[in-house]
Amino acid sequence: MDPPRASDHRNQPHRFGRGVFLATVAGGLTSLFWGKTAWDHVTGVISPVASTLAPILPTGGWRIYTISGHMPVFDQATWRLQIGGLVEQPTSLDYATLLRLPRVEQVSDFHCVTGWSVKNVHWGGVRLHDVLAAARPLASAHALEFVSMEQPYVDSLTLQQASLQDVMLAYEMDGKPLPREHGAPVRLVIPEMYGYKNVKWLQGINLVPQVEPGYWEQLGYDQDAWVGRSNGYGT
Amino acid sequence: MKKAGYVKRFSPVERLLHWVNALGFFYLLATGLILYLPRLSVLVSRRQLIQSIHFWGGVGWLGALGLVLLLGGRRLLATARELETYDQDDLRWLRGRRAPQGRFNAGQKVNAALTAAFTILFGVSGLLLWFGEQDTRFRFASTVILHDGLMYVSLVLLVGHLYLALIHPSTRHALRGITLGDVRVEWARRHHAKWTPPGDDRIVS
Repeated sequence: MDPPRASDHRNQPHRFGRGVFLATVAGGLTSLFWGKTAWDHVTGVISPVASTLAPILPTGGWRIYTISGHMPVFDQATWRLQIGGLVEQPTSLDYATLLRLPRVEQVSDFHCVTGWSVKNVHWGGVRLHDVLAAARPLASAHALEFVSMEQPYVDSLTLQQASLQDVMLAYEMDGKPLPREHGAPVRLVIPEMYGYKNVKWLQGINLVPQVEPGYWEQLGYDQDAWVGRSNGYGT
Repeated sequence: MKKAGYVKRFSPVERLLHWVNALGFFYLLATGLILYLPRLSVLVSRRQLIQSIHFWGGVGWLGALGLVLLLGGRRLLATARELETYDQDDLRWLRGRRAPQGRFNAGQKVNAALTAAFTILFGVSGLLLWFGEQDTRFRFASTVILHDGLMYVSLVLLVGHLYLALIHPSTRHALRGITLGDVRVEWARRHHAKWTPPGDDRIVS
């Protein structure tokens, strides 16, 4: 190694590299605490730009989570939405019947418990009470269990949570039929709760006496997945 | 072995470190993109499996880097010292002026410091993502943003790096140095003047 040269101070070499390295590591590690706030701020400021860019960006902000070896495939000929459990009349809706129910649209944000969010998702679909009406739920039912085609994925909401005014079953997303990776043909949308409550690839809704832990709840996630107030956030 | 007209630029352990890092990066990029891009996730549709091979690949990558660092020992420490040291010429070079450079130019030094820091940050955020899925104590709202952000910045650095190493006519000869170890003397004199002074006895003309 070279001995330090005895020249004037200004020409001394400096170990700036160590500084760059340590500052980057420190900045990155502390960003665990400020990263999301900063990012929300940035995307908030440039949201007109972001919404122009979103269609050409590869992800549109979404990340696709599945829990099984195979992503469910929607086959219109065989798919049915079964409504059962504590009801007077178990019913079964095919896709065409579902589309004939009173149609609603809403724009809402989608938040994942792992920290990413998609703003202003345009959903089209039906309200839960219109779907459940024909089955006539019994008074002993206090919760809804949503069953995915992706087994063994289930999740539950209390009737009270399910009656929040922006809860819906969505069969359209951003003006198009719900894509396969987003839960085709229909998924639950409950914007106040994290994504894992928004069950994809729905094939059944059971009326049950009380909520039971669903797939992620059995792995330690909160039953009441309120955005910003559960799963270790905002406490 | 010395070869007429060529000068040795990178030792075997330096090249090994570079290629272990490069191989790991591409493996993690490919498996990570399947997890990240909705279109690819539909094509592959086996998230659990991809998630496992991404995670364990990352663990293997960090382990392999650790082994190479152990193997390199003092020789790599000397390289690190070279990389972290900036003289006045380096600072001039970074300001876009012409200035004679050593074995590494100042841009390579910055790239090396960032790459090393990103490796640590990728590792920490990746472990947090993995364990955070099982335990809320490891869950931070910003872990995903850090991991993805590192990916985007690394991609920018990588594109620049690949352009200079594969395409740009005056710099792409450097690829020979990182694969075979040696570079042409006259190229080295042009790009790394302070490292190849006239009369250097490493050089057989």
